[in-house]
Amino acid sequence: MESPKQNPHDDNSSSSSSSSSSSLKLFGFWASSYTHRVQLALKLKNLPFDYIEEDLADKSPALLLNNPIYKKVPVLLAGGSPIPESLIILHFLDDRFPESTPPLLPAAPRDRALARFWAHFADDRLGPAVAAVFASDGDAQRAAVGRFRDELRLVETELREGAFAGRRFFSGGDRIGFLDIILGCGSYWLAVFEEVAGVKLFEAGEFPRFNAWLRDFEEQEEVKAIIPPFDRLLGYARGLRQVLLGGGGGGGGGNSGEGENVGGVLADE
Amino acid sequence: MAAEKELVKLLDFWASPFGQRCRIALAEKGVEYESKEENLSEKSQLLLKYNPIHKKIPVLLHAGRPVCESLIIIQYIDEVWPGNAAILPSDPYARAQARFWADYVDKKVYDSGFRLWKLNGEEEQREAKKEFIQIMKILEEELGDKKYFGGETFGLVDIALVPFTSLFYSYEVYSGLNVERECPKIAEWGKRCMERESVAKTLQDPVKICEFAGIFMKKIRAAD
Repeated sequence: MESPKQNPHDDNSSSSSSSSSSSLKLFGFWASSYTHRVQLALKLKNLPFDYIEEDLADKSPALLLNNPIYKKVPVLLAGGSPIPESLIILHFLDDRFPESTPPLLPAAPRDRALARFWAHFADDRLGPAVAAVFASDGDAQRAAVGRFRDELRLVETELREGAFAGRRFFSGGDRIGFLDIILGCGSYWLAVFEEVAGVKLFEAGEFPRFNAWLRDFEEQEEVKAIIPPFDRLLGYARGLRQVLLGGGGGGGGGNSGEGENVGGVLADE
Repeated sequence: MAAEKELVKLLDFWASPFGQRCRIALAEKGVEYESKEENLSEKSQLLLKYNPIHKKIPVLLHAGRPVCESLIIIQYIDEVWPGNAAILPSDPYARAQARFWADYVDKKVYDSGFRLWKLNGEEEQREAKKEFIQIMKILEEELGDKKYFGGETFGLVDIALVPFTSLFYSYEVYSGLNVERECPKIAEWGKRCMERESVAKTLQDPVKICEFAGIFMKKIRAAD
């Protein structure tokens, strides 16, 4: 049986076990950027929830019951009904709690399509590109860095002169939204990976708009409350890199559902 | 001009199940549109301009601005033309379930089916068939005894999956896999969908798709 634990990074969680139709419960993993996405969304919307920390090496029966298809975190239970997949959970929160602010997704259909497109880009292209850097060394790593920079350049271009030109946040407003959450919860790994993998992903002054956005994102109160401390992430990443390069199991990653982006170099989440 | 009255254009390829999803959604909504057939071996300037990131069809152009990726396009269509034939349900949890299963189709069906075209050795073929059947059985369980994945209403998951039904014949020719025998409820659901004008007018003849698969695989092998 699950035992609700307090997430040390969330002072919003309640330990009520009410099963009212609006009661929320989140299965997560402390180092998972996909889990952080949901925690951040809940915090922004000021929605209380119970948090259950999962041991990814020994997943609880409750998690497996609630996400039988992918068996991964995060999974949100709303009044007992399970919703897996962070992008889908974020959409659900907007739908289910329309009076809660801010709305995560923008209002106009065209802006929503754009946010969804770049969220897919983050998960399908950018994330795996970073993961490839982290999981390699030597010449393979150098090549992977090049590919990552190519992908990041596409985001930078969009910020400089494309769909997001002139914006402080991807949301288009002064509060972070859906795409900020998706790109942001993962981007804090970049500095961690640079240090642990001994690689420079970009020079000072490069990708100025992306870096300005990232600094701004990381300064948000809600973000500071959610993202684990740098040294904790460092410790975790060090262990992970050893496994990835040392040829143990646990690297690689499932090829379905979540678990393959930056914070999901954490293979099977 | 009101958004819903602006010109709609679809950059597409006749055999693409992803393009067909968009056509079905547009037909369900009764939206008029122009269609441009792309030559995927020689992509047009228009396609490269409007989908520079992926360079793929389908792309929906609405009032000259692009929307890319079929499931994103369908949600866009549902949001711009909300009046009739709702593609997503209104209940928040039902919406989440629809998104989940449409995403599952996206993650699993095309790639698994592609392996049925591609893989040759007996062992590999056996594995590929097993995987495809497993995916179809999971979908069949989700469908249950419902008329559509959306219940009484033809919706997002139905639109996401139904174009693949015209690929079933090619999967059988290439691998011996008979979807109707393995997953009869999926086959029946496919037939029910074909009773809808939007689907019947959009899906291609399975024999033509099979011929296309042959040409497509030859190109892939030549490129390898």
